[in-house]
Amino acid sequence: MKKETEYRWLRLQFTLAPVYFLAPAVILFSLFVLWPVVQSIWISFHKWSGFGEMVWIGLANYRELFGDADFHIAFANNMRWLLLMLMAPLAGLFLALFLNQNVRGIRMIKSLFFFPFVINLVVIGLIFSWFYNPDLGLLAELLRLVGMEPIPVLADENLATYGIIIANLWPQTAYAMILFLTGLTSMNSQVLEAGRIDGAAGWTMLWNVVLPQLRGAAFIAVVVTVIGALRSFDLIAIMTAGGPWGSSNVLAYMMYQESLFNFRMGYGASIAVILFLIMTVFIGFFLRTVVKNER
Amino acid sequence: MFPTPIQRTSLPVRVLYRVSLFALLMVWLLPMLAILVTSIRGNADIISGNYWGWPTEFKLFENYAEVFNPARSPMFQYFINSVVITIPSLFMAIFFSAMAGYTLAIHRFRGRILIFAVFIAGNFVPYQILMIPVRSLFANFELLDTLWALIIFHTAFQIGFATFFLRNFIVDLPIALVESARIEGATEMGVFFRVIVPLIRPALASLGVLLFTFIWNDFFWALTLVQSDKARPITFGLQALRGQWSISWNLIAAGSVIAAVPSVIVFFILQRQFIAGLTFGGVKE
Repeated sequence: MKKETEYRWLRLQFTLAPVYFLAPAVILFSLFVLWPVVQSIWISFHKWSGFGEMVWIGLANYRELFGDADFHIAFANNMRWLLLMLMAPLAGLFLALFLNQNVRGIRMIKSLFFFPFVINLVVIGLIFSWFYNPDLGLLAELLRLVGMEPIPVLADENLATYGIIIANLWPQTAYAMILFLTGLTSMNSQVLEAGRIDGAAGWTMLWNVVLPQLRGAAFIAVVVTVIGALRSFDLIAIMTAGGPWGSSNVLAYMMYQESLFNFRMGYGASIAVILFLIMTVFIGFFLRTVVKNER
Repeated sequence: MFPTPIQRTSLPVRVLYRVSLFALLMVWLLPMLAILVTSIRGNADIISGNYWGWPTEFKLFENYAEVFNPARSPMFQYFINSVVITIPSLFMAIFFSAMAGYTLAIHRFRGRILIFAVFIAGNFVPYQILMIPVRSLFANFELLDTLWALIIFHTAFQIGFATFFLRNFIVDLPIALVESARIEGATEMGVFFRVIVPLIRPALASLGVLLFTFIWNDFFWALTLVQSDKARPITFGLQALRGQWSISWNLIAAGSVIAAVPSVIVFFILQRQFIAGLTFGGVKE
């Protein structure tokens, strides 16, 4: 009899353990991350200033959005971000190949190449704003040196977005570099030697022997970069606030402006939902790989 | 090793490698060097437009003292706020995630893969889709514009990444240790605290440094959840002071250095753990 109660107690413990171990994490995460996603989708079907009653307007926010010229600009800029930020994994790969040597001080040098990644984007935004400043920036100095007029990058409708993207490439390349460096150092040296014996060298070696082994690193670098590019907000807020005339706006920043400056919470929420839907595709890619490894 | 080790190449190539390595590093770090130098320039340089030449006077102490002087700017307050936000949220997120990660890795129950997947996915959602409801939630609790709002939110949000991270670490631990503790009569809580926590200590260090930089560097939530000096962290504070300092680029530079330095120090002290953490789970196959 005593044995049986003991056994029951053990079984109960195993059934209950997941509940109390998960409870704090699940409650907090649901309250501040999962449920807000659902609420935002709900809000996007309403007209709401943030105060008072919400008025149901169905898909009107979305209909307005698709006709909104600002939305088109922001969306196009998001696509520019997405495509151009892919230069970060590429540059990171070449930087990693360049740094994968055993020379004196290389550990320190690798760290120095990496550390822009840990600096916050507010500081990076300030530094680059100053670089681009047509009166006192380094870019202006260099242009004057070769006899050209300074270019006010961040005040130019056609250049502002690219100027901000370049600022973001700096830390993101560092991140991709470290992923590839880890991949390169843990690479199977026998496979490399076999490749060398077969006469592979240089580009053929890189393409046929090295890159296939870096697939995991490349996948993470690309997915994380794409998601980061779509989430970009900080640098735009710091460097241009979406300007001049909305030309460097992106969905994330447009949402913030519409909700907190124009008090159009419903409209803002609909922008956030669109951004969320675009990102779901990439989040899905990432999840598929992670969950597949579990099987 | 790929590319071919430089030691196996001819002397000119080796010299060229060293030279280009140094040159590239200088260009790469130019933004950081420029801001460091500017942060010690005197006003004379700023007025005469000497931003890129050798400083005519060195005002290291004066500039940093000016920025950190509570009578002259709220930067010191912002710095303290950042510390008060970052440290507790970091520990709470890690603690709750270690518990969740333990059960997701060890206990076999239905829906565990789904819960795990939801934590990962939630970690990647755009902040904007959380913004309005999270603000309303804190407004209801009258916590908007307090340090609590940021502490609670960062704790909750970082649980996504931290659970992903710790669960993957715990799953690779030898299960025999857990089983032998159970045979000796340990409860599940006992197993967690006496077996799992000591074993995951290296992972906790890696995760700790990562979360430190994530939370310290946050700008968006600072911007949307707080507004007054008493609750602003340093990232948002720096952006706000930029207007006040306007063209005093030496002060802006010194402020930037102060805002950047804690993450940089944490990174350089614990860089092995940092890089191990960053590449963990991703590159492993």
